[in-house]
Amino acid sequence: MLKLGGVKLFHFKNSKDAATVELPLPSQVKIPLLQHMGAGCQPVVAVGERVLTGQLIGDSDAPMSVPVHSSVTGTVTAIEDYVAAGGRVEKQVVIQVDGEQEWFPSQPVEVHDQASLVAAARAAGLAGLGGAGFPTHIKLAYKDIDRVDALVINGAECEPYITSDYREMMEYPDDIIAGVELVQRCLGISRAYIGIEDNKPEAIQLLAGKLSGREDIRVESLPSLYPQGAEKVLIYNTTGRIIEEGEIPADKGVIVMNITTVANLWRYVQTGRPLTHKRVTVDGNFVKKPLNVRVPLGASISYLLEFAGVEMEKARKVLMGGPMMGMAVYQLDAPIIKNNNAILLLDEKEAEFAPTTACIRCGRCIGACPMNLMPAALERAYDQVDEETLKKLKVNLCINCGSCSYVCPAKRHLAQKNQLAKGLLRKK
Amino acid sequence: MNQLIVSPSPHTRSSVTTRSIMLDVVIALLPALAVAAWLFGGRALLVAAVCVGSSVLLEFLCRRLMKRDQTIGDLSAVVTGLLLALNLPVGIPLWVAIFGCFIAIVVVKQLFGGIGQNFANPAMAARVILLASFSGYMTARSVPGDYLAVDAIASATPLARMAADAETSSLLQMFLGVKSTCAMGEVSALALLIGGCYLVFRRVISPVTPLCYIGTVFVLTGLLGADPVRQILAGGLMLGAIFMATDYTTSPATTKGKVIFALGCGIITVLIRLYGGYPEGVSFAILLMNILTPQIDKLTMKKPLGGKTA
Repeated sequence: MLKLGGVKLFHFKNSKDAATVELPLPSQVKIPLLQHMGAGCQPVVAVGERVLTGQLIGDSDAPMSVPVHSSVTGTVTAIEDYVAAGGRVEKQVVIQVDGEQEWFPSQPVEVHDQASLVAAARAAGLAGLGGAGFPTHIKLAYKDIDRVDALVINGAECEPYITSDYREMMEYPDDIIAGVELVQRCLGISRAYIGIEDNKPEAIQLLAGKLSGREDIRVESLPSLYPQGAEKVLIYNTTGRIIEEGEIPADKGVIVMNITTVANLWRYVQTGRPLTHKRVTVDGNFVKKPLNVRVPLGASISYLLEFAGVEMEKARKVLMGGPMMGMAVYQLDAPIIKNNNAILLLDEKEAEFAPTTACIRCGRCIGACPMNLMPAALERAYDQVDEETLKKLKVNLCINCGSCSYVCPAKRHLAQKNQLAKGLLRKK
Repeated sequence: MNQLIVSPSPHTRSSVTTRSIMLDVVIALLPALAVAAWLFGGRALLVAAVCVGSSVLLEFLCRRLMKRDQTIGDLSAVVTGLLLALNLPVGIPLWVAIFGCFIAIVVVKQLFGGIGQNFANPAMAARVILLASFSGYMTARSVPGDYLAVDAIASATPLARMAADAETSSLLQMFLGVKSTCAMGEVSALALLIGGCYLVFRRVISPVTPLCYIGTVFVLTGLLGADPVRQILAGGLMLGAIFMATDYTTSPATTKGKVIFALGCGIITVLIRLYGGYPEGVSFAILLMNILTPQIDKLTMKKPLGGKTA
């Protein structure tokens, strides 16, 4: 059997035993109306209006979009433009918090088939919480649903430091299992696989114990080889299926969901309360007390870091997400959004750029690439603006996991070049 | 608070650098150098020091003259110098050794663009050119001074002697290390194997190339009626298979490519050894396969996962 490339990373799961703590209410939240992959929402509340926790504040007619709800009770003080990740200008709703935390009236949701499940996932405001932020209801709405016979639950959490999904598994294992059963029941999926990296033995044991003797849901212990949690890698390593170029997983009979997303879907169905909070790991090598914090969406990073008691003067780089694929933020008043799973701080030394030297053709990047690409050859092709070769070598299949850049002894920016190359091909 | 740094992911890099890789190769060559010093005395160390020193100096001057970034810090010139020294007989006149360094560093490496751009392994190419130009010194028919005191058979390498059906060293001697007139890094298979195991353990080289190369020579010489054990212990095979055929720049990048490369090296080596005009074929074999590497790379490109051929 084909073995996919990957890299062995240090795990640094320092926060694994840090049980989730609640972030005290901030005085203000700024809730972006784009917290997912796709189109941003339009505000459905007005300045001056009082909103309740869980109340809809933004929605969109675009199919690829996810509604946004208020995470707090308070008064809308502004609806303003902000620069979203990637440079798009979108709207955000600024709410002055009054501390009541009164829930918008809700009741359990009746879900029994694909249509009602899709509606529930959308109404719950769910987008892939593992990091990608892909709208959950779109995945579940696959039209040829009878072809889908496998549900893969992503509990790999392969990035160093992050333990947000791990805490979900340890604290809410029953929500996860109930969510998996719900999706299986509504979509008629016979077999579910919960994929977890073997650096989380307690989580594997806990879930496997609860599922012992069951054939319909299996816990798969996967080697801790980054990027185990990348969608195509996870599908291959749990089901053995390869997603071809241009296909989505459902075309091969697989739907993949993040483990926290599936638990949230269950909680929504139970209570009718949409996604308003997200668990975020706060860590970094100079962070004395790594934490897992339940953050109301829209609270600022700086407020979270203040709560965590981080010595900010040591931070030179602040990441949303892990060190391999996280995004470096340029301002600390940026809000926490749905697909944030960690705020990671790097010090002077870690933020330092290693000088780039000549490629020595060692081939490490080839061995590291989970997609079987040839990053060094792609880099040469990009530098020569050789679009033919870029297409032939399938730069479009790069998942930007960063493994090639990580292993490169010459410290070349291979993953970055692939992203630039994709942009070059898109322009044409 | 300071200004935040922003850059694309990934934000962490492995601790392996070009320099750390080259340092590992130097470390892996030390057992062979130690055996050479033990068998041949101080002159082995002198030849090594001269080769390393002149390689680094030539690289420094080249980069300076070409107005390029200084690269002596990556230690690749140290590796080339040391490798070349171990490919020379201990009695080599120093000016010939320095000329070899010039071929390796200036002609083969820097004129083609420096590290990562050379078409052939610099030390190997230098050895081949010295062998062709100074075959007397290289096969030590005229050893200056007395560096081979006891069992000095100042004729040729054990292989050459085998070819001449002359008296031969015992297999155990060949494995552990025996004084002879061959290149000073070739005397002990054991020392080279220790270095090779270190490189495999440190993941600097893949064991595929040396295993395939040595295996091919073993099987083929056995089939052709030669003594396979003697064949793999003698001459430059261990040194070449472990340290020269595994050179990143001049050997294929994929495992499949490495297998083809090593098979080719093995076959050419055996053909030259058994039927060729030279007693030893390792250098020529690796050099020829170096030249074929771009073609092998082209034939053994990886198939992207789920990629559709347009």
